[in-house]
Amino acid sequence: MAKYITRRVFYMFITFFLIATATFFLMKALPGSPISSASKLSPSQLAVVEAKYGLDQPIPVQYAKYMLNLAQGDLGNSFQFKNASVTDLIIDRLGPSMLLGTQGLVLGVALGILLGMIAALRQNTVWDYGSTFVAIIGISIPSFVFATFLQYWLAVKWELFPVALWKDGWMSSVLPSIALAMGPLATASRFIRTEMIEVLSSDYITLAKSKGATGFEIAFKHAFRNALIPLVTVLGPLAAGLLTGSLVIEQIFAIPGIGEQFVKSIMSNDFSIIMGTTLFFSAFLIVVIFLVDVLYGIIDPRIRLSGGKD
Amino acid sequence: MKNSKLVWLLSLMLVVALFLAACGGDDKGEKTTTDTDEKEGTTTEEEEVAVDEEQVLNLIMTAEIPTMDSALVTDAVGFDLLNNVNEGLYRLSQENIAVPALSDGEPTVSEDGLVYTFTLRDSNWSDGTPVTANDFEYAWKRAMNPDTASEYGPYMMSGVIKNATAISEGEMEYTELGVKAVDEKTLEVTLEKPIPYFLSLMSFGTFLPQKEEFVTAQGENYAKNSESLLYNGPFTLANWDGTGLSWQLLKNEQYWDKETVKLTEINYDVVKETATAVNLYTNGEKDRAGLSGEYAMQYAADPELAKESETSVFYFKYNQERGGEKTPLANVNIREAITKAFNKEDLASVVLANGSVAAYSFIPKDFVFDEDGNDFRDVNGDMAVFNADEAKTAWEKGLAELGVTELKLEILGGDTELSKKMDEYLKSQLETNLPGLTITLKEVPFNVRLDLDTNQDYDIQVAGWGPDYQDPFTFLSLWETDGGNNQMSYSNPEYDQLLQDINGSLAQDIPARWEAMAKAEKIIVDQDFAVGPIYQRGLMFLQKPYVKGIVAHPFGGDYSYKWAYVEGKEAN
Repeated sequence: MAKYITRRVFYMFITFFLIATATFFLMKALPGSPISSASKLSPSQLAVVEAKYGLDQPIPVQYAKYMLNLAQGDLGNSFQFKNASVTDLIIDRLGPSMLLGTQGLVLGVALGILLGMIAALRQNTVWDYGSTFVAIIGISIPSFVFATFLQYWLAVKWELFPVALWKDGWMSSVLPSIALAMGPLATASRFIRTEMIEVLSSDYITLAKSKGATGFEIAFKHAFRNALIPLVTVLGPLAAGLLTGSLVIEQIFAIPGIGEQFVKSIMSNDFSIIMGTTLFFSAFLIVVIFLVDVLYGIIDPRIRLSGGKD
Repeated sequence: MKNSKLVWLLSLMLVVALFLAACGGDDKGEKTTTDTDEKEGTTTEEEEVAVDEEQVLNLIMTAEIPTMDSALVTDAVGFDLLNNVNEGLYRLSQENIAVPALSDGEPTVSEDGLVYTFTLRDSNWSDGTPVTANDFEYAWKRAMNPDTASEYGPYMMSGVIKNATAISEGEMEYTELGVKAVDEKTLEVTLEKPIPYFLSLMSFGTFLPQKEEFVTAQGENYAKNSESLLYNGPFTLANWDGTGLSWQLLKNEQYWDKETVKLTEINYDVVKETATAVNLYTNGEKDRAGLSGEYAMQYAADPELAKESETSVFYFKYNQERGGEKTPLANVNIREAITKAFNKEDLASVVLANGSVAAYSFIPKDFVFDEDGNDFRDVNGDMAVFNADEAKTAWEKGLAELGVTELKLEILGGDTELSKKMDEYLKSQLETNLPGLTITLKEVPFNVRLDLDTNQDYDIQVAGWGPDYQDPFTFLSLWETDGGNNQMSYSNPEYDQLLQDINGSLAQDIPARWEAMAKAEKIIVDQDFAVGPIYQRGLMFLQKPYVKGIVAHPFGGDYSYKWAYVEGKEAN
């Protein structure tokens, strides 16, 4: 186990390094300049500004410098926000995104599992169709449509929640979290249903039934646990995606999150924020995938992490 | 066992809830009649809430504040706020004329128009210390200091303040800039050449003062958030963390003209979605909401709808040389034909429908006025008017000169929904009115368009320009032969000569200069058809009827709240 983890951590660093390198060179290939009024300046005026930010040096030199700073944990300063360090910006913006992501994920996955189980246990009944219907809605309606809908009815018309803005504490997070939950809800319910149906028809379930296990025991103790494996697989990337923020949801509810900043930085060639957010997202994803792999072994002892002796 | 019942109960509730939600959606179409009732409901509630007349505005910004360091600001939000929290020598008045602000009356100007001597009025920074002439000298020199890496410093000062050009080319130290604090209250500014619009520049954000001791003491942290700044304008900035989506303006008790300022508080939130902004407005949380796209049409008849014309002009930029070879657009008849071949009125009112108006000139209307308040726009009258017959005649002449019967041209435009809609319309108009013309559309993100423009890699570009100072020259100077923005190989010696004269021999002869500028505009729009004006951008927004006195400006900061107030909010 220890050997496996060491090896995995080593590979994680390699992956991270490759992502950083690829992002850096792709980003430098973007058209445009991070200097917002570049087109108004004369070449020599522009040179002064570029020299200040080290943009006058050849790209390999810029790359080496960036990687050295990165190794020391320094992500540099933003171009759009003249005085803000990228690390501060990410930390400031991460809180709301993480809160919404976590709530959306927990809510979506919990309800999704519930719906999926109901559908599987009552296959081909109105319950099943109902849950399929909800899942299809969840997958096919884009989250921004759903968010706009929630905003209009629950906030503007019925005045149950704030319309937007990050000002009313937890209440501000309710509608965006629900909007975010629709995706994971649909995914989770579909996966659980399919897997449960398959597991429920396998031999060991028949055996459990013949031993006199109750429906509840079968559903939770035997079937559900096994049905979780594929869900956990998709849950990793899903979690990374949700926790690191959603551009549309953050824009619709005017939330100071990181997802919106990520897209904006690309549009404005804000090199240091593009790098910072990409690296943060990838680090997050790499770690989540690793955790998911470890989790496999706990959920299903048949999956062994290493060629060890167990 | 009990658990399983709980699960069933929960799932039942869930399904019922979801079905109810789904049913709610079906009602949407039938609800139109009840909508009005509900609206009335909200207004009555407002009546109860707003008992006394609070002088508070709640506004929306569509972008964050990138920086509040007046040497570094380059964007609309930054300049807008600077104009409200700081004050320079001059300020744009309610009539959009630059009037003395920190300058105590008009400055004395030397005979040759090169040396301006300003006397400062007594005024304080928000920390209670006096604003001195040195604060101006320091701030302007700081903006020229290469270590500051200011973009607008060199851009605004070159060719205006003495030695600025040499400094920005690296040939001179920034300390040599032609600005000097003679004493605490006297500022002497030396110009490179006489600049007729110099005083209107003094209201621009880049020329604001900064207090040296404060800036040096703050060091790296200067302007990092609302605490690490000093203010000397009508308001102070508060609760801004440097990158956040909300902040406040509070009335500045140290402001010299604080009696004029009625508002005590302006609360800002950044909202980027029009739908959200409209919802916040409808809800009464915000007093003003910008409309775009379909919202502009939806609210076209709303009594709270307001329009404003901006001073940005959009036009066809005809590239005469691409990849080292002359394009068909090098032919003046072809350019004339395209300029006259599309219906601008329909474009502005039906296709754009966002408050924009058809442009019949290159200098926008409501931008510059002569001493008697006459708009520069009226000098030349309407040019480049839609006329299918004239367009066709010019087109056939042009084709004959080129020795071809058909042409294929590319229009380079933006990738927003609105630009795509406009490009489609222009394509169909041009192809209908000019037989033998095939237009291909190339729609790319803004940065890509700038790149293609820099490399002169396009045929016709839908481009736009907004002024940097209140003088037609900010537009006219674009098309100087080999000028920095003339990426279309336009060159006319007569035009170049006019530009020379406008800021040279005619600089002090205001009426003759005015004439020369009008003549120059006529050359590029009506004689050479160097560019084809399309529309002047406008703005549509909803504004609560109790909001009064907001002043919109044609350049620099977008709005002034110095004179704004709230009246009759409870009567609503």
